[in-house]
Amino acid sequence: MGFFTDTSICIGCKACEVACKEWNQLEGNKPQFLADSFDNTGQLDAQNWRHVQFIEQVPDNRGTLVQPTPIAGGQAWLMMSDVCKHCKNASCLEVCPTGAITRTEFDTVFIQQDVCNGCRNCISACPYGVIGFNDQTGTVHKCTLCYDRLQTGMQPACAKACPTESIQFGYIEDLHAAADKRLANLKQAGYAKAQLYGRDEKVYGGLNAFFLLMDQPETYGLVNERNAVLPRRNNMPGYVGGVATAALGLIAGLLAFRNGRMNGNNVGTNDR
Amino acid sequence: MPPAEHFVQPPHWEWWILGYFFLGGLAGGSYALGTLLRIAGDARDESATRIAYVASFIALIPCPIFLALDLGQPIRFWHMLVDTSDGGLSFNVVSPMSVGSWALVLFGLFSFVSFLGALADMGRLPAARPIASVLRGGPGIVWGVFGTAFGVFICGYTGVLLAVSNQPVWSDGGWVLGGLFLASALAGSAALLLLLARSRRDIASDTEGRIAAADRMFVILEAILIVLFFVTLVLADTVLRVLGVWILLWIVVLVGLLAPLVSGWRPDLARRWPPLAAPVLALLGVLALRALVIFSAQFG
Repeated sequence: MGFFTDTSICIGCKACEVACKEWNQLEGNKPQFLADSFDNTGQLDAQNWRHVQFIEQVPDNRGTLVQPTPIAGGQAWLMMSDVCKHCKNASCLEVCPTGAITRTEFDTVFIQQDVCNGCRNCISACPYGVIGFNDQTGTVHKCTLCYDRLQTGMQPACAKACPTESIQFGYIEDLHAAADKRLANLKQAGYAKAQLYGRDEKVYGGLNAFFLLMDQPETYGLVNERNAVLPRRNNMPGYVGGVATAALGLIAGLLAFRNGRMNGNNVGTNDR
Repeated sequence: MPPAEHFVQPPHWEWWILGYFFLGGLAGGSYALGTLLRIAGDARDESATRIAYVASFIALIPCPIFLALDLGQPIRFWHMLVDTSDGGLSFNVVSPMSVGSWALVLFGLFSFVSFLGALADMGRLPAARPIASVLRGGPGIVWGVFGTAFGVFICGYTGVLLAVSNQPVWSDGGWVLGGLFLASALAGSAALLLLLARSRRDIASDTEGRIAAADRMFVILEAILIVLFFVTLVLADTVLRVLGVWILLWIVVLVGLLAPLVSGWRPDLARRWPPLAAPVLALLGVLALRALVIFSAQFG
């Protein structure tokens, strides 16, 4: 199961954010002015499991377009409801030392609150900055894809509340088919930059929450295919580098300790 | 190689983790040096070996406390070892934090036993004499070698832990960080032994001189790895994150690297310094290196 978020029809109403907080009983952070378009949420974190981004690409005061508008490619004002991607190869799940992060029977990624001890290793690993630490619970939190609702046959709160059906929920295969069709329509209409993100395996083996974007992934704060890498890539090289250094260091130590003895016990005065 | 791209949030690993990285490195490194002295040295080095083992365990004591205090749920520190979902052991070979937790437990065992043996040999703990007698000779060497393997792991895995992430600087430093932290820990441990040797004056000057010689080699190894670390950051286009205000810490690192080298290569200059200056500066350099790697990635 998963989400297909079609950003081309997102109107930035934030109903998804509100529904998510309502259902999951998230207090939210203290409101603040971020000077970032209509965004006063800021980012995904322990209190915000949905975050509507507002990316302005509009003319400046002199009428010059910062980015070329529509049909030629891109939109004047991009909006996207961001969420945990429930990656098929999840960085957070990979590094969790306690087994608190698991994959559910719905193929989603879930943090068991009674197991998590708040080490925050998953925060350092998540390439999308999805997971946040909650000071009150001492644990980390993120979107559960409304695991409790799924268990009773309901769809996630955000998808239920979305008035434009920008957020669609369902079986991944069905969502893929819908996304392919929508992309083809947009391309035919001349939206050259429209693209699917996380639809195929190039990004973390495929995303269970994937997107139709109207610009490059980086514009939305999403890593591109080249940078979609797992933390484990540094495991073996890191240990090999450590072993090589250990070998050099220990040999150097042995040589230093032996050399002095062989040279006649007179080195010590140098360092006095 | 195109630049890396990062949209992650920082994990807010701060002062407790800095303390652990510093003391854990000294604990592992001191143990390794104690064992090397026992293997390569003779009876005159035994005093230094015992001090190394004692220093190792004392440095190790705060480590699990620091780690637990850094957790959001310190009482659940044991979840690192026990999987509370199924009651089995919690071990994730892909996660350096998981592997490191087990290594810390095992190293603690080796360090504690060697500590008891060293205390008994020093006449401070007569009840531990049986342990000391077992650890003399071959069995002691074997015990020390296994303990050193875990100790060296403790020195270096912290760098791998940082690298196995998607954080800027840490993940860009990739294969270098584990070795860099290891070399730095060995250099810091040699400096700590020198500091103790010059404070206590019950270590033979010959032994002290050879520890200083080893220190210089470790420092050279560390300096090479720092250069390689910079190269990896330049390639990833994240080198600016470790500059700016962090240059102040780099200066401390540089002074910490130069102090042991100068005291060895220009003894006429070093004689004008207080005897503890070089090892203290070296230890500050070790601390500064960890501080700038930890903090620059998260707040750079």
